[in-house]
Amino acid sequence: MSNLWGDSLSGFWSVWIIVISLGTIGLSAWFLLSNRHTDKQPDADGNVATTGHAADGIEEYDNALPKWWFQLFVGTVIFALGYLVLYPGLGNFQGVLGWSQESQWEQEVAQAEERFAPIFEKYQEVPIPELAKDDDAMQVAERIFLNNCAVCHGSNATGGYGFPNLTDDDWLYGSEPKDIVATITNGRNGLMPSWQQLGEDNIENLTQYVLSLSAEDHDEARAEKGESTFMSVCAACHGPDATGNQALGAPNLTDDVWLYLKPGQSISDSIRQTLHNGRNGHMPSQAAYIGEERVHLVAAYIYSLRYND
Amino acid sequence: MKHEIVEKNVGLLVVLILVVISFGGMAEVVPLLFQEQTTEPVEGLEPLTAVEMEGRDIYRREGCVSCHSQMIRPFRAETERYGHYSVAGESVYDFNFLWGSKRTGPDLARVGGRYSDDWHRAHLYNPRDVVPESIMPAYPWLFENTLDGKASEAKMRTLKTLGVPYTDEQIASAKSDVRGTQEIAALIAYLQQLGTVLKDTR
Repeated sequence: MSNLWGDSLSGFWSVWIIVISLGTIGLSAWFLLSNRHTDKQPDADGNVATTGHAADGIEEYDNALPKWWFQLFVGTVIFALGYLVLYPGLGNFQGVLGWSQESQWEQEVAQAEERFAPIFEKYQEVPIPELAKDDDAMQVAERIFLNNCAVCHGSNATGGYGFPNLTDDDWLYGSEPKDIVATITNGRNGLMPSWQQLGEDNIENLTQYVLSLSAEDHDEARAEKGESTFMSVCAACHGPDATGNQALGAPNLTDDVWLYLKPGQSISDSIRQTLHNGRNGHMPSQAAYIGEERVHLVAAYIYSLRYND
Repeated sequence: MKHEIVEKNVGLLVVLILVVISFGGMAEVVPLLFQEQTTEPVEGLEPLTAVEMEGRDIYRREGCVSCHSQMIRPFRAETERYGHYSVAGESVYDFNFLWGSKRTGPDLARVGGRYSDDWHRAHLYNPRDVVPESIMPAYPWLFENTLDGKASEAKMRTLKTLGVPYTDEQIASAKSDVRGTQEIAALIAYLQQLGTVLKDTR
């Protein structure tokens, strides 16, 4: 019987709760029973005495409690005592059912695990490119994506200002299954420093050069000046041909994908802003939230967005 | 006991009513004030920094608690989505607590670290920029207002009297820590630490 008693409360407070709870129930029961009958009986003609109150000629009878009402009340007393025997309520007494919030949660989780674990295990063994073609798996994966990834990348995975589009050809950190899994598992930190120190003139030259890389409208003379600065400052991460470096997450500057283009902003303003202030793209690690098996599934979903059409 | 005595003496009636209704509180609330589970901080719990504390006050001022709870209940459906259920020891430095009781938006008890700072900035400036389906109001003024930290020291001293273990150095530097911080930065600092003490996020 000793395991029926917990120890989260000190003995004093445990007794305190038990005394108040049982005392309240006891007092209610006593109060009920002692008021069940009145000493007033109907007289020979069947007239019942009143309490003596009168308000605007309305008087109050002094009858015994109706039987149904009395029995309901007795029922609540019995229910309360039964509840306190079965469930935790009386101080440190845990109840004979051994129920607790935590154990109920553990049971619920264990049941779900039993039901869903085999499904995830099955998917875990399928390589990502193959899994991406499995419609059932992709339905499950889409749910996981919507619950965990859509908040930043959008419900159709097309991203937004500062949040990469996952449906296009442009991959900051690589498009191989292992790259996608690594991104989801560990998260990513894309850091471009601010180049304020180069001065306005150089920043403008660089802006024109970067515009020229993707054949946007640009100032030819400034772009030519910008090229040498680019080679000495930017090429370390973005590469001499400016096609980026997936090991660092340095974007390709020769395509028409602009991660930090605000709606309504011109491309040149966006580049200027990036050079002035730098950028810090951060994707939090997801493994801790969804676990390895769901990472595998959702990686296949992202793979499917690009390769399944 | 005769009804009459109670019913005809209003003073006595008031006293007896107070006794009766206090029974619930005496059994359900008073022992919690002395129970270790509710009075001891969980391991690793630190008081909010001055900036985070100001962020918390912005959270209160803007009424975030009316739509966002900070209380993950021990049900699988909640722990799958939000992480480990909330425990009392995480809230011992909260005055007043912001558990909330209504979820128009999601629970925020473990939102810390879940999204990037940039996401929070974009989202609070205009939620529909990042979540087109969102019905959350926009809070653009948080980007314009800057904190002066005038009251920070007094607030921290008050919290200290209530039992939050701030050191004298923390209190002394509160004003300079806070002064000049954008409101949005303070709010995000507060959000990013929410629920991060319990590492088990699944």
